[in-house]
Amino acid sequence: MADPRLLAALLADAVAGSRTIAVGSNSPIPAAAALLAQRRRPETTISILGSSRHNPFPDGGRELFDFAAQGRLDAFFLGGGQIDGAGNVNLLQAGGIRFPGSYGSAYLMPLVPNIVLFREEHSRRVLVPRVEFISAAGRPRRLVTGRAVFGGGEDGFVLLSAHPGETEESIRAATGFAFATAPGFGPSPTPPPEELAWLRGPIADELAQPYPRFAQILRGSHA
Amino acid sequence: MITDLPSLASAIPDGTLLAIPADYGGPSLAVTLELIRRKRRGLRLVTAPTSGLQADLLIGAGVVTEIETAGISLGEYGAAERFRAAWSAGTIAVKDSTCPALHAGFQAAEKGVPFLPLRGILGSDLLKRRPDWKVISNPLADEPDPIVLVPAIRPEVALFHAPLADRHGNVWIGMRRELATLAHASSRALVTAEELYPGNLLDDPLRAPGTLPHLYVDQVALVPGGSWPLTDPSSLALYAEAARTQSGFANLVREWLHG
Repeated sequence: MADPRLLAALLADAVAGSRTIAVGSNSPIPAAAALLAQRRRPETTISILGSSRHNPFPDGGRELFDFAAQGRLDAFFLGGGQIDGAGNVNLLQAGGIRFPGSYGSAYLMPLVPNIVLFREEHSRRVLVPRVEFISAAGRPRRLVTGRAVFGGGEDGFVLLSAHPGETEESIRAATGFAFATAPGFGPSPTPPPEELAWLRGPIADELAQPYPRFAQILRGSHA
Repeated sequence: MITDLPSLASAIPDGTLLAIPADYGGPSLAVTLELIRRKRRGLRLVTAPTSGLQADLLIGAGVVTEIETAGISLGEYGAAERFRAAWSAGTIAVKDSTCPALHAGFQAAEKGVPFLPLRGILGSDLLKRRPDWKVISNPLADEPDPIVLVPAIRPEVALFHAPLADRHGNVWIGMRRELATLAHASSRALVTAEELYPGNLLDDPLRAPGTLPHLYVDQVALVPGGSWPLTDPSSLALYAEAARTQSGFANLVREWLHG
């Protein structure tokens, strides 16, 4: 398991410069990333689904989606039971197994300029040549996994960096789709001590309401 | 107008098209458990826009034959195993949707129009599963501009739990405006409330904008703790573990109903 604090920092890098960032269902690490991005750049507005404190949409559940359709939402995180080399995500079903459902992905992927895909499991089971069902089609800017960071582009994903203990070869062996390697490929950057302290302290505290279990993990000293 | 829990449950007969909010948006678990106790059958659920424990409980108890939803999950506590099992066994029909399509369906109903156009969704395989969603060319544009139309969703009953209600049947929902949309879209709204508000919610300028007026509310019952067990992390953890099997689910639900 990669350190969730490293993953949160890499996801925060992926939304650097965004003025508005939203986080959807079942997304504790992206929620930590949004809070970190806001600490790095305090004028950032963030929306965390399920958080009573980080909800800038008092007009109900539809408001975020209307905001996105107008082009006002800069960044959103999406997961995937399956993710393919074209950037499609499948949140519905694969191999006779039911996933929770497509949530807002079908709508937000084509409408939000900076879509960041995140899935901790990096395996050929998850990163496939072609998803079985396209919940959402679009052009993700970045894909972050428990092993590596990819950039999104016209011709598919480009490997940008690998986490501690991984190499280009180990990433290739664990990935079911073809990808290029960036000229500047190297190790994924680790967050500075100050940011690790934020993640263990105030950010974990803020996540205790929507994600009580994850907040405890974030506070922990492992890894 | 102010009634009680049994009266609310009686107003949801077998076969009802029942709208429920997301687990974080104020579901009435008290009425949910009462429907299970009464062995309701054939309910058709529509979630605004997702669900978790509430839908999983009703599905596991055999109350539901059909569900329209954007997603069912217990969040941090794991997968909604009774939903997954019913989907695998084919014992429920699932109309897969996406969150904004459900919001727009309810909004079309509250406007009294047959459909609303919606951006996004193009390229998703959801369109193949939803023959009732149409892609048209924007009739007002000169350039090609495909856009999705989603039909109005008109539930028979909207059911939810709110923090406050007054004696006039007004219900305070605060920032959960989707509950108002849900009530507007539905033929009847049935509400359990945590507390009684002593005056008239519409008379207070700070409360009024977050108030669903009595005009849309069929019945309100005062049920303190009406969203339990969602409010109790240890019960949720217990459920996630028990619901991995149908027998574990049945034992826990029996305990919750009679314990």
